[in-house]
Amino acid sequence: MAQDIWVLGTHMTAFGRYSDQDAVDLAAAAALGALDDGGVTISDMDLLACGTLFQANAGMGQQVQKQIGQTGIPVYNVSNACATGATALRTVIMAIRAGEADLGLAIGVEQMGKMGLLAGGARKEKNVYEPSGRYGAVMPIDGILGTDTMPGVFAQAGMEYANDNDGVGFEQFAKVAQKNHAHSTLNPLAQYQKEFTLEEVMGSPMQSYPNTLLMCCPTGDGAAACVLVGEERFASLSREQQSRAVKISASVLTTDPYVESGAMQPDVNTLTRNAATAAYEQAGVGPQDLSLVELHDCFATAELIHYDNLGLCEPGGAGDFIDRGAPWRDGDTPVNVSGGLISKGHPIGATGVANVYEVATHLRGEAGDRQIEGANVGLAHVIGLGSSCGVHILEKSGI
Amino acid sequence: MQIPLVDYLVLGDEPHLQANECANCGARFFGRRNACAHCGHREFNSVRVSDTGTLRTFSIVYRAAPTIPTPYVSAIVLTDDGTSVRSNLINIEPDPAKITLGMKVKLDTYVVGTDDDGLEAVAFGYAPV
Repeated sequence: MAQDIWVLGTHMTAFGRYSDQDAVDLAAAAALGALDDGGVTISDMDLLACGTLFQANAGMGQQVQKQIGQTGIPVYNVSNACATGATALRTVIMAIRAGEADLGLAIGVEQMGKMGLLAGGARKEKNVYEPSGRYGAVMPIDGILGTDTMPGVFAQAGMEYANDNDGVGFEQFAKVAQKNHAHSTLNPLAQYQKEFTLEEVMGSPMQSYPNTLLMCCPTGDGAAACVLVGEERFASLSREQQSRAVKISASVLTTDPYVESGAMQPDVNTLTRNAATAAYEQAGVGPQDLSLVELHDCFATAELIHYDNLGLCEPGGAGDFIDRGAPWRDGDTPVNVSGGLISKGHPIGATGVANVYEVATHLRGEAGDRQIEGANVGLAHVIGLGSSCGVHILEKSGI
Repeated sequence: MQIPLVDYLVLGDEPHLQANECANCGARFFGRRNACAHCGHREFNSVRVSDTGTLRTFSIVYRAAPTIPTPYVSAIVLTDDGTSVRSNLINIEPDPAKITLGMKVKLDTYVVGTDDDGLEAVAFGYAPV
């Protein structure tokens, strides 16, 4: 059996838009915060994994070393769409399990500013039509053969669920966003901290039906980091370090297996179901044991279908689950008490580490106003379109 | 003169979509594959895809790149022979009250642009039956 891995220290910057700091500054702040939080230094680290998407070729990990300590340890710069942060975590976990490291640092960072729509290129009319690319297209096809834009792709994922299940529609999707905006008012690290009524959510400008503006995550800047330690080294840590540490009882990364419709509409369901099944088995827990869940609500339509994919509700019952308030912070299974990507923000590379930060902070009982009382097991989920899914299950120390 | 928007649209008297079908498992793909993403088999047959199908899911897109006219209806259609196709719904109001999941649709083509030499690009979409 592979050795247990623990989160020894963790930190995140507030998410938002920074004009006076660049991605290296944000990553360095998260890294130093996590090291301090764990009572260790960069000299104790055996390796560093750094995740960023839009600056994937910038040697971000080495740039961070220049800010916080060039100790000569191996750096793995990773990039895996919105699963980038989870992939950085898993890189450190695998290195520790392989026996190549006792302690490692995982960082996720992104600086996006006001980036607007991701994907969905502008249409440039060619003067002379010539077939090019894999499909022999004579002009960009976005907007002619359906949509490449993220609000639209995830809208279709939600409407497909509505097609297959009763009791799901515009209002159920909107309720998800109403909840996450409300939750964010308790999180000082959230990019937005403003509550909206259901009518305001449904009445805000339509982006891609059924996703209105308030049902879409913003672009933004931020970083998060975790110091991870294997159980052999963990045994030699102080009692205080051990009691604040959080055990990683499952760590899973999956990609999308073949489904008939996958080349036309990315399947964000099967890989999430596969990751959840494997993670519950690794951790020896079920969805009913979870004190809180941070899942990938890039759009409100996405959160709703992941209630079902993660087994938080009865099969086909995601509409009823939100209708009866189950994912609210005082409900059966609190989901995205941080405000989620919709309101906490989604600096892409940081997200998969920040979710683990959020769950770990609750398990330590250190989440302040937004603390879920008595939290002892939590789940963090991310999806990177293309696709990758990361699921981590964390447990309170018990020491 | 006309040219299809993409190479899997075949023009002529009966415009239709053409897919590469795995010779082993029957999985269909638009565009070339080195091996089947489903079973790994390396031989494919070119097959004509059914023109009719049902609306599997959709979104009404209001926000897009500046040169793209909005709103438009993006859709995934499941053809009667079981192939998923992404395209726009055409000849329908972009109004959720007018669009029903599972509705019957049929392939149709239209001219989407003309180049400097007078060559017309022909696109396809799905219209209510």
